[in-house]
Amino acid sequence: MLEVADLEVRYGAIRAVRGISLAAKRGELITLLGANGAGKSTTMMCIAGALKASAGSIRLAGEDVTSAGPETMVRKGLATVTETRDVFPDLTVSENLMLGSYIRRHDRVGVAEDRERMLALFPRLAERSAQPAGTLSGGEQQMLVIARAMMSRPKVLLLDEPSLGLAPAIVDQIFEMIGVLKRSGLTIVLVEQNIAKALDVADRAYVMRLGRIAASGTADEISAATDFNAVYLGG
Amino acid sequence: MTFALQFLIDVLSLGGAYALMALGLVIVYGILKLVNFAYGELIMVAGYTLFLVGGSGLPWLVMAAVAVLMAIVTGIFTDYVAFRPVRAKSVTAVLITSFAFSTLLQNAALLFISPRPRNVPLPAAFSQTVEIAGVITPVRNLITIAAAVVLLGVFAFLMRRTVLGIAMRAAATNFTMARMLGVPANLIISSAFAISGLLAGIVGILWIGRIGTVVPGIGNEPLLVAFIATVIGGMRSLGGAVLGGFLLAFIDTTLNYTLSQELLKFRDAFTFSLVILILLWRPEGLLKGPATGQRT
Repeated sequence: MLEVADLEVRYGAIRAVRGISLAAKRGELITLLGANGAGKSTTMMCIAGALKASAGSIRLAGEDVTSAGPETMVRKGLATVTETRDVFPDLTVSENLMLGSYIRRHDRVGVAEDRERMLALFPRLAERSAQPAGTLSGGEQQMLVIARAMMSRPKVLLLDEPSLGLAPAIVDQIFEMIGVLKRSGLTIVLVEQNIAKALDVADRAYVMRLGRIAASGTADEISAATDFNAVYLGG
Repeated sequence: MTFALQFLIDVLSLGGAYALMALGLVIVYGILKLVNFAYGELIMVAGYTLFLVGGSGLPWLVMAAVAVLMAIVTGIFTDYVAFRPVRAKSVTAVLITSFAFSTLLQNAALLFISPRPRNVPLPAAFSQTVEIAGVITPVRNLITIAAAVVLLGVFAFLMRRTVLGIAMRAAATNFTMARMLGVPANLIISSAFAISGLLAGIVGILWIGRIGTVVPGIGNEPLLVAFIATVIGGMRSLGGAVLGGFLLAFIDTTLNYTLSQELLKFRDAFTFSLVILILLWRPEGLLKGPATGQRT
């Protein structure tokens, strides 16, 4: 479904990531692990089309999308939830969800159905649908950005640090939702600091270090073989 | 009572014009985080278009519509020639290209039309006065108030109730995220320039209607007014721009009423001193927009 080969992203003269190759099959959940600054979010933003790749290629459902912009990527079926939990703070929860369905806004019936489905999945959002998104708690904002991303009916979902800064009970809830989405057949790329949780839901994992892929394998192989203290503490 | 009504009409008509000018500037600033310095020239274009179609014998409203249309087209054109080619590369470059485009348009008017004021056709209503409850006021003031009410209403509806408007507000807070939801960047930016042109065109005709003539530098004062109003109101907030416009008009009108004849020459100095005080008190402007700062 998603194939990334030899990807390189530069910020000016600095190569932030290089030689990144990863792949997710239809319905698979892969996770990208690594310390802060390892290049996980850069990789995600590049796949989403928000950063230009200086080398390498990205293929989505067999089609080359390396140079596609973010608007094109979402049309091709790839939705992104960014690490910075980018709700539009002065728009209401409903308006945020509506923008999530921007690319299929003429399919009124389908959009209304999806909206109901998302509000059923995240009842907290239903209660707050008329409230500005900026007034939601961190956990609710995270639910909103995931629901908003799903409104485009993506084939692939990029999830960048969905548990960042959230209380453990909320994290459990979020991961439960991720499980539900995965079982619905969605292909998911998950970046996480919470290694145990991530490996728990993931089929396969990639470990990034200093802008490169340091290890990859099934979730079980990675959790057995990788010294995460070394990965995260730079030992 | 008569005095209060007189004052109110003056503040509302000047404030309505200022608010529309400010809104036209801030709609583009909100999305691109860049000031369009060629904004005043949209007003100039509307004025000269009105002058050029003046002899055509068309009904005045048709001529005015053509003038507004030209301002819209010029607005969109500004995006294509001054912003789009350098937008992604450098802020400085865009500042310079928008200045350059402004200078180019003004000089084109100097060269091809005239440095001297040109009369524009105006309907008789613009020079008539009317008496309301003992107050004699120019009809154009009432037209300006009505136009401001209608345009602000339409604008509020557009931004709150339509998909395009909501997408534009989203793009103003986080352009990249809006694009990641599939909102096309170029559509949003062109729409912002078109709305900017529409507001400039209409306010331009009302503005020129006060004096009846157009000169190449006609847009300089509206640009300055718009800029100050948005700075007072808060650069990131559409409501702030409107508030800033009315506040600036309130200050100007109050000074007009209270300053003695000798001091009135220095009205702008008083106005700007007050603006400085407001900014010392609220450096971010009166209304804070949603928290963002990233440029696109």
